Amino acid sequence: MNDFILELDNISKSFPGVKALNKVKFSLRSREVHALIGENGAGKSTFIKIITGVHQPDSGDIFLFGKKVTFANPTVARDKGIAAIYQNTTCFPDMTVTENIFLGHEYVERRTNRILWKKMHERARELLRSIGSNIDPEEKMGSLSVAQQQMVEIAKALSQDAKILLMDEPTAALTNREAEELFAITRRLKEAGTSIIFISHRIEDIYKIADRVTIFRDGCYVGTWNISDITRDELIKLMVGREITTLFPKKQAKIGNELLRVERLYRAGVFADISFKLHEGEILGITGLIGSGRSEVAQAIFGIAPADGGQIFIENRAVKIDNPLKAIKLGIGYLPEDRQIQGLVLPFSIMENITLPVIEELSRRGWLHRTAEYIKAKELAELLRIKATSVFDRAYSLSGGNQQKIVVAKLLAARLKVLILDEPTKGIDVGSKAAIHEIMSDLACQGFGIIMISSEMPEVLGMSDRIIVMHEGRVTGEFDREEATQEKIMEAAITKRIHQRIAEVL
Amino acid sequence: MEHKSIITKKEISLRNFFFQWEWMLVLIFIVINVINSNLSPYYLDAAQLLDATMAFLDKAFIVLPMTFVIILGDIDISVASTVALSAVIMAVIYNHGVSMVIAMIICLLVGTVCGFINGYLIVKFKELSAVIVTLSTMIIYRGIAYIILKDQAAGKFPTWYQFLGWGKIWGIPLILIVFVIFAILFGLLLHRTTFGRRVYAMGNNITACRFSGVEVDKIKVIIYTLTGFMSAVTALFLTSRMGSTRPNVAIGYELDVIAMVVLGGISTAGGKGRIIGPIISVFLIGFLRYGLGLINVPSQELLIIIGLLLIFAVMIPNLKINTKNIKFINKF
Amino acid sequence: MAEIILEKKSRILSFAKFRELGLLGFIIILAVFVQLRNPSFLTMENINDMIKNTAILSILSVGMMLVIITRGIDLSIGATLALAGMISALTVSSNPHMSPITTMLLGTAVGIVCGGIIGFLVSKTSILPIIATLGMMNVYRGLTYMVSNGRWVSANQMPASFKAIATGKILGINTLIFIAIVIYIVFFYFINYTRTGRQIYAVGSNPDSAKISGIDNEKILWMVYTIMGALAGLAGVLWVSKFASAQGDTAMGYEMNVIAACVLGGVNIAGGSGKISGIILGSLLLGILNNALPLVNVSPFWQQAIQGIIILVAVIINALVKRSVDRNNLIRRKI
Repeated sequence: MNDFILELDNISKSFPGVKALNKVKFSLRSREVHALIGENGAGKSTFIKIITGVHQPDSGDIFLFGKKVTFANPTVARDKGIAAIYQNTTCFPDMTVTENIFLGHEYVERRTNRILWKKMHERARELLRSIGSNIDPEEKMGSLSVAQQQMVEIAKALSQDAKILLMDEPTAALTNREAEELFAITRRLKEAGTSIIFISHRIEDIYKIADRVTIFRDGCYVGTWNISDITRDELIKLMVGREITTLFPKKQAKIGNELLRVERLYRAGVFADISFKLHEGEILGITGLIGSGRSEVAQAIFGIAPADGGQIFIENRAVKIDNPLKAIKLGIGYLPEDRQIQGLVLPFSIMENITLPVIEELSRRGWLHRTAEYIKAKELAELLRIKATSVFDRAYSLSGGNQQKIVVAKLLAARLKVLILDEPTKGIDVGSKAAIHEIMSDLACQGFGIIMISSEMPEVLGMSDRIIVMHEGRVTGEFDREEATQEKIMEAAITKRIHQRIAEVL
Repeated sequence: MEHKSIITKKEISLRNFFFQWEWMLVLIFIVINVINSNLSPYYLDAAQLLDATMAFLDKAFIVLPMTFVIILGDIDISVASTVALSAVIMAVIYNHGVSMVIAMIICLLVGTVCGFINGYLIVKFKELSAVIVTLSTMIIYRGIAYIILKDQAAGKFPTWYQFLGWGKIWGIPLILIVFVIFAILFGLLLHRTTFGRRVYAMGNNITACRFSGVEVDKIKVIIYTLTGFMSAVTALFLTSRMGSTRPNVAIGYELDVIAMVVLGGISTAGGKGRIIGPIISVFLIGFLRYGLGLINVPSQELLIIIGLLLIFAVMIPNLKINTKNIKFINKF
Repeated sequence: MAEIILEKKSRILSFAKFRELGLLGFIIILAVFVQLRNPSFLTMENINDMIKNTAILSILSVGMMLVIITRGIDLSIGATLALAGMISALTVSSNPHMSPITTMLLGTAVGIVCGGIIGFLVSKTSILPIIATLGMMNVYRGLTYMVSNGRWVSANQMPASFKAIATGKILGINTLIFIAIVIYIVFFYFINYTRTGRQIYAVGSNPDSAKISGIDNEKILWMVYTIMGALAGLAGVLWVSKFASAQGDTAMGYEMNVIAACVLGGVNIAGGSGKISGIILGSLLLGILNNALPLVNVSPFWQQAIQGIIILVAVIINALVKRSVDRNNLIRRKI
């Protein structure tokens, strides 16, 4: 029992409306790399925040070296030897590498409190060298690549004598070679006596580096295994878990003519070589991990961040879309991923939100025509069954599901042919989810072409006629509804890159 | 649960009605007038009061578009320099023999171009804040005015031009009439048109606007251009009242204007407030000045009052929002 | 292809790195050009004069740099300078035997109070720096008129010892220049070799991370505006002594010159970066421009416009350089 240096027992944590963690447990041995995996929304990030003291658990105990502890704030956790490296580094871009490493515990001359730069630079260089990096400590942090910034974060953790190191998706932004280097460092750290919690999406990472693996699913603890005791397929199955229920009543629509065709769409550093077709009545699912470039492709088609190359055809006519207004006029609508920031003007009423994209059409030559607006908004609100006292309720006063329906209503207000829905059911309750799915089905039957971007496997499998899988800005798999399975999609979303590389080598 | 939330919402809206910032302003306005009339027996003379408006309404023209700018969450501090530049160019070309009407049109044109340049730079270089862009154009516009006129004054306008600043129609100052017309136009633009709706939307959430197909850049440029245009209108009236113009004319106007807008309940965070607020505060500050002038408070000391008003005006609504909309703010 | 991109990137990086060299180069070219047109430019006397005139500007830019590093701006310094100058001039004209040191301390104290109030407003209430300083600018300007009853304090009301602050010498160096140099050294040490100094950069570079790292952001903001006020107060005494007159409209609009010096000296208006050496060069460039334009027969009325254009061009170039660096970073990412 006492060979665990960190143990979390029966940890639960709720946020308003969501149970993020439900009695999960986790234990870390000394000198091990313990991987924690799970889908998006499995509760990993909440878990990290509890270990680093950003959040406090509602219930459950944390034991550090066998003693019960509480991490009241991030400083306490750091002082007790827990350091974290986040996916998006939290650095000071204008300051030097050395300063980023030592901020808060600089070396100073005892009497005068003068900062001893020379000594700090030397120590920084030593630390960086010890993890096999030759970054110049006097370089500005902002001029480093993400991989280099991560090295600095590791050096920072070392400088604090961290005994437990948390790595949150450390390879997400790295190329394969950079990732290999990171693994080498991780192994060296382990040998030097650090225990590492390694959080990742990439199954191949876990087989390369981890000793043990714990799986979370939907905020619950699934189990812990020695990595040698579990196969890749079992792992994926446990991670995805759910059986596809009949929650999503997909009605099969008649697939008609081609609406949208995208050829070799490309944007520097974000995605490349994206080609697909979309037909009337079709729901095309695009899936892949966060950061795989799914939303970016959608936003390129919608004109928010236009592509650098490639072509878009609407009903076989080549078009150039460089702003969203143009996209809307061409019949393309986009339901953004973040409804509170990208979708809604929260202090506006339901009506004002719904009519925002079409305000010009509902006006009398630029003068507001509130009756027309009211009729349009009321019609759509009733059609989508938005629950509110009236269409004059402010958007911020509604629940997530109803807010999402407002954003859908905004799409329906305009005359569109192609709907791009980015995570249409993220963070909303089961009832609203089913409602949104029903709406999607209906729309497809009415002849809309729908692109649905989603991370949720059951949703992708249940709703799509065709599925495209993306990984690191490229399409790594395309499946018909009949042939698609969770395992095949997961495989394409996380491991395809290796096959591709092997193919390149051959 | 559902019921409860509806009831509290109603309570808030009732409270909202009585505690609206605009009523507060009206109250302060009345208090100022009562005090003024007690201090000076000449104060409450209707003709005198109307005359008094002529003295402070020149800058009020800029208050109207500045309300739009601040609702967007931006700020434009180049307006006073725009006034100076358009006034100086008008005077100089008139003195070169161009007819006064054309000179006035050119004055409006210059202001419009100045405003357009601001707007263009702001949307073209989104990394730069509106503060730094208008700060530099503020220096440049006034600098050009200095280049053109050195430290000289230019004037000798035709006598009919004086009518603009001093004239009355049926006893009502022309400047007041023009201001009321512009105030109505801007009020309609903000509250009755799709343009105004989109301005509020942008002030609240510019990202969502972009995703909704609102042409945010175009709207921004239009607003800054309008601000330039209205600065030129100010230049017309100001020059008429003064009879001549100098490159250092209207110094500090940007501050007065911003103070009036903010005092009028337009939050510097953007997206909130109605145009009636700044319009009330134009008269509030104007009559405050006039009244204090009657009892011989030197105008320079009024600076202190305006400065403090500005700060309190920003502070008080902040406090108010914090207590009332805690629920909403927590969501972010 | 890849090589070309890399080469381009390194050139841009070096541009950012050697901005100061570029500025220095520009100053030298400007100097040579002016010297060719008018040989009286690079005489000992003129250079001395030029540096003397730049001293006050550069003292103020030190404070402004700190404010801008924290993502703020201070438009009130012209008014603070005038108020401190006026109060010390009035005091010294009624107490002719007051020592110059005491006068300077008095001016600085006035400045500290002024700056402290702004610091309070910015750090403790949620007022934007531009609004807070715009408002207080009015208040301080109004107070200046109030304490002086709208009158000037002219040269003959000031004791010789006071006027000697600007003309006297310490260790063979003009007092103004001497004070400026001392301030440079003190602040160079402060922002580079003390924890508090570095925290200013941290707050400006990433306020959220700074808070997580245990830095008291509010304290830093308050301190920065107070320092700005103190330097403006000191500059007020120096200004009044140099021009031998204190007026209600002393240094009106001077904050723009100071901001210009900072922006030219490479202080990023978005916060987080700025160096003492940069602002010295920035102030110097403005000083040279002001001094040189009349020498090459450019009317002094051109100064303001030229200054404005230089600021605008400087910030636009900064933005463009940053854009191309970001873009190259994206292109380099292999997908």
